[in-house]
Amino acid sequence: MGRAPDLAPRIADEVRRTTCYMCACRCGIEVHVKDGQVRHIEGNRDHPVNRGVLCAKGSAGVMQHNSPARLRAPLLRTGPRGSGEFREISWDEALATATAWLQPLRATAPEKLAFFTGRDQSQGLTGWWAQMFGTPNYAAHGGFCSVNMAAAGIYTLGGAFWEFGATDWERTRLLVMFGVAEDHDSNPIKIGLGKLKARGARVIAVNPVRTGYAAVADDWIAITPGTDGLLILALAQELLRAGRIDLDYLARFTDAGILIDAREGPTRGLYLRDAEGRPLVIDRRTGAPAPWEAPGVAPDLARGLAEDGVEHLPVFRHLALRLLDPAHAPEAVAARCGVPAERIRALAAELAAAAFEAPVVLPWPWTDFRGERHAAMVGRPVSFHAMRGISAHSNGFQTARALHVLQCLLGAVETPGGFRFKPPCPRPAAAQPRPHGARGPGQPLAGPPLGFPLGPDDLLVDAEGRPQRIDKAFSWEAPLAVHGLMHMVIANAHAGDPYPVDTLFLYMANMAWNSSMNTAGTMRMLADRRPDGEYVIPRIICADAYSSEMVAYADLVLPDTTYLERHDCISLLDRPISEPDAMADAIRWPVVAPDRPGHAGVRPFQSVLLDLGARLGLPGMVAADGSPRYRDYADYIVNHERRPGIGPLAGWRGDGTARGRGAPNPGQLDRYIAAGGFWQAHVPEEAAFFKPWNRAWQDWATAMGLQDRPNPYPFALWVEPLRRFQLAAEGHGPRQPPEHLRARIRACLDPLPFWPPALEEAAVDAAAFPLHALTQRPMAMYHSWGSQNAWLRQIHGENLLFLPEAVWRQGGFAPGDWAVVTSPSGSITVPVAPMAAQNAATVWTWNAIGKRAGAWALDPAAPEATRGFLLNHLIGELLPDQGDGRRWANSDPVTGQAAWFDLRVRVERAGPDARLQPAFAPQSSPVGRGPAVVRHGGLWR
Amino acid sequence: MTALPGRTEKSLGLVIDLDTCVGCQACAVSCKEWNSASGSHAPLADLDAYGAAPAGTFLNRVHSFEVTPPEGPAVVVHFPRSCLHCADAPCVTVCPTGASYKRAEDGIVLVDEAACIGCGLCAWACPYGARELDGAERVMKKCTLCVDRIYNDALPEADRVPACVKACPTGARHFGDLADPGSAVSRLVAARGGFDLMPEQGTRPVNKYLPPRPRGPSGQAPLEPLAAAAPGGFLGWLDRALDRL
Repeated sequence: MGRAPDLAPRIADEVRRTTCYMCACRCGIEVHVKDGQVRHIEGNRDHPVNRGVLCAKGSAGVMQHNSPARLRAPLLRTGPRGSGEFREISWDEALATATAWLQPLRATAPEKLAFFTGRDQSQGLTGWWAQMFGTPNYAAHGGFCSVNMAAAGIYTLGGAFWEFGATDWERTRLLVMFGVAEDHDSNPIKIGLGKLKARGARVIAVNPVRTGYAAVADDWIAITPGTDGLLILALAQELLRAGRIDLDYLARFTDAGILIDAREGPTRGLYLRDAEGRPLVIDRRTGAPAPWEAPGVAPDLARGLAEDGVEHLPVFRHLALRLLDPAHAPEAVAARCGVPAERIRALAAELAAAAFEAPVVLPWPWTDFRGERHAAMVGRPVSFHAMRGISAHSNGFQTARALHVLQCLLGAVETPGGFRFKPPCPRPAAAQPRPHGARGPGQPLAGPPLGFPLGPDDLLVDAEGRPQRIDKAFSWEAPLAVHGLMHMVIANAHAGDPYPVDTLFLYMANMAWNSSMNTAGTMRMLADRRPDGEYVIPRIICADAYSSEMVAYADLVLPDTTYLERHDCISLLDRPISEPDAMADAIRWPVVAPDRPGHAGVRPFQSVLLDLGARLGLPGMVAADGSPRYRDYADYIVNHERRPGIGPLAGWRGDGTARGRGAPNPGQLDRYIAAGGFWQAHVPEEAAFFKPWNRAWQDWATAMGLQDRPNPYPFALWVEPLRRFQLAAEGHGPRQPPEHLRARIRACLDPLPFWPPALEEAAVDAAAFPLHALTQRPMAMYHSWGSQNAWLRQIHGENLLFLPEAVWRQGGFAPGDWAVVTSPSGSITVPVAPMAAQNAATVWTWNAIGKRAGAWALDPAAPEATRGFLLNHLIGELLPDQGDGRRWANSDPVTGQAAWFDLRVRVERAGPDARLQPAFAPQSSPVGRGPAVVRHGGLWR
Repeated sequence: MTALPGRTEKSLGLVIDLDTCVGCQACAVSCKEWNSASGSHAPLADLDAYGAAPAGTFLNRVHSFEVTPPEGPAVVVHFPRSCLHCADAPCVTVCPTGASYKRAEDGIVLVDEAACIGCGLCAWACPYGARELDGAERVMKKCTLCVDRIYNDALPEADRVPACVKACPTGARHFGDLADPGSAVSRLVAARGGFDLMPEQGTRPVNKYLPPRPRGPSGQAPLEPLAAAAPGGFLGWLDRALDRL
């Protein structure tokens, strides 16, 4: 018998509870701290997001915290851009340098600063900073992530998947998941899938690749990329043709009954309104027009209003006409979708059965906005989730719109068993801010740079219709670019289109590598010089915690802390951690002190930003005497007020008992820390569902500071703001699109969902590029971050391009082969493998595994640099040249969403001595190389 | 060489649901972290950690397999692999020093690192490949079923489960006493047809796997379209349906 091990080791001096940052999910974690060092991290069972579970990334957090790629001091570039050659400087020199660069810009042309953030979970602060600086050239990474999903959700429903909505995991009986990015809502979805599996609910995956969630789904529909919208429209047609739709729900809670103005002229296609601006319906009780929201009104979905020689038809009639179009019949879409018509019919039947044969009835009485009392909450237990798979196409906005319309037809939004909003949603586009443009030298913007346009009046264009922003967001090229177009910033700045910038200021965004389209071209642009020898983009400042590929292109590097060394605020003003039953926000706090011995050290980026703001004298960041208004970010979190009584954190305000609204409380952060790093307020039962129309919700949300007054609204099957842009394209109104965009605006900003082929597909020869190419995020990796992690890189240290079996056979491939993969904009040579469980016209690989040699403190011979690859080199930021001399962004024409997944390629077997292409010169590492051996825990053995 | 206990009071082990496992690797990494950090055993080293050929010790690894059934499209199965704490554990009987042993009280198979000479016989004997020789310590490492968590009164009671079980986001990993037919894990095995891995090896593993449920279309009949000849067509139906609300 052997020696008994210690069965009850005491591993920590203290367990400190904070919030994870290893992906976008924001789980609660317990950090076991011993001797001032991080020893162990596990999930916090009390936390509303993860309930104690933790993914591979979260459990590997200690290796990220101790990563050898951590920056250690501010850096000033000494070699050419991209070389990675720097000298360490003091914080005084770094901040004085940044101030000296930025001060003249603010005084003369604030838009010459382009400030864009990547892994930003503090947009409440960064957006406000840009506003106070006076540059409209601000956004986070949403434009190349999932803005189509976010925008379609807000404009249609007033909520969206992930941060602002979730499946009713407790009650749904059928979940259909379209193209899910596994990092968004990662643990909540996994927890939810476990619940569905445990009680035998059915899960269907619509995905070109059967991995991850699709692998455990009960059924799999191997759709061809970019055709999800067609499939959804066909499902809707099937339901409509069979009369299997929730007419009561549509009439009460959506705009289905609202009349559409049929008169020729500037109001054609808008809601018909009364003198007070209220949308009109035909009241079935009287047959006469009545305001949509009036007490007792029963909107008619069939009858129109004959008037002035025209008939104003209700939205539902227009929608039915669109959906019943023969082009949307299952047989008509089957070939294109790669899904047999009988499979589409069966899926429609499954949806109908789940929605209508066994409604969920909760005996919770509630009162709607018209004053009608309901004895129970009755819902449709069918739910959907979708993310980047349908979002990252140039038809993604209208596809996401179609999905939300399908949810409305089924009566499955904000009803038990369906899709539920998370606070602060519901919040429709009209209740969101508008975007704001520059007001001139030394002037802050009048409001936030980003917002939700309601029509051409809200665009940021000059008198000639030219874009005001460097990324052309909120211009006729991308009118509803509510998250900006970060993927176009470098290309546009390099081209001077619409104008050059002086300083590019990036926070934790790896634009010289995996976060850019056309990566090799982007690297050239960043290092390109004018004839006089100056860089085309004169100055680049990067704030980051790690030695990334982008850091190598910075002139000045402001080193950030790790996520365990700083304060953060996951705010209801930004992207909170709420769940459908609770309004919730959270913090991070320094559970260990930053420690970079022998170097100038690191500072939390948000504190540095406030310091810079004070040095620049930005409004709100200096006190009356000119001294800094905030000591650091922690001070800002506690004391900043966006409106009186409304601050970054909603919990423990005022004397410590106030929720949502209340004066700043100096003890607020201590209360968060004592409570495990988060705060939540449970939604009252009477307010739990039907939130947009539920008086109890509207009153509660108002009392909690989520809104300033009750704001019931109908879901928008017909999106009026889109129609306003169409009207402009038809010649109405003073703000007119440029001629070259008129037809596109007319076609794409359709107020009803439709399916256009992807822009790249329309622009290239499909025979020359017969395959679709996709990337997926591995569950154990987050963007480029994971490769510096000694544990995670052993799981995904290299990637393969997976080929469908027929392509493998026909191409004569053998195990160990490499392939030349060619798209309209480039070519790569990469290792390949066969796979059967994928769409027959699709190749795919894991995203962001490939690394530039020398980055992330890795050995330049690391597999990430010798076998790992990016598809990005194949994806143009511009569409193929149309011969018109214009630069057409490879983006959704509505939102500007980067169309990563429109990519078309061909694949050919490479020769026997093939090596990774393209190849780049290694970058120098300003932090050296990681150690040869890691023995985490050895300290305490 | 080394004797097994005749019988054990309990048979603690894992039940792993292959129907629910999404292959996220949470179990593999949370295991790596706890068993490095807890200090009860030597840490799990990573050689060439940032280099060209990183090689670390993991007690639990997740493999993904593609299977093409006779009918229907190919499926992907995620398969977590770790020590199964066999009743007839060949890794124990082969051990020349007594370093490998099976606990009589709960059936957990452990390695006494002080007695381990790193000969590797046990790894050869294990048909599941569940043992790894640590590259830095030169001692044999394997799943301990987190024996230093499950009895650890320094942890909250709810956390006294193996690290992988606590971490698993989909709840695909279950921990309990498989010798007790009334335990939740035994009932789960009975209800779901839990099976032994490679029973032909005669190891009598304690851990069980639950098979993936059948996949495929529901067989739902297509929807009946509204009668084309119905009065007024679609609008007529709509009008009548609205009247019924």
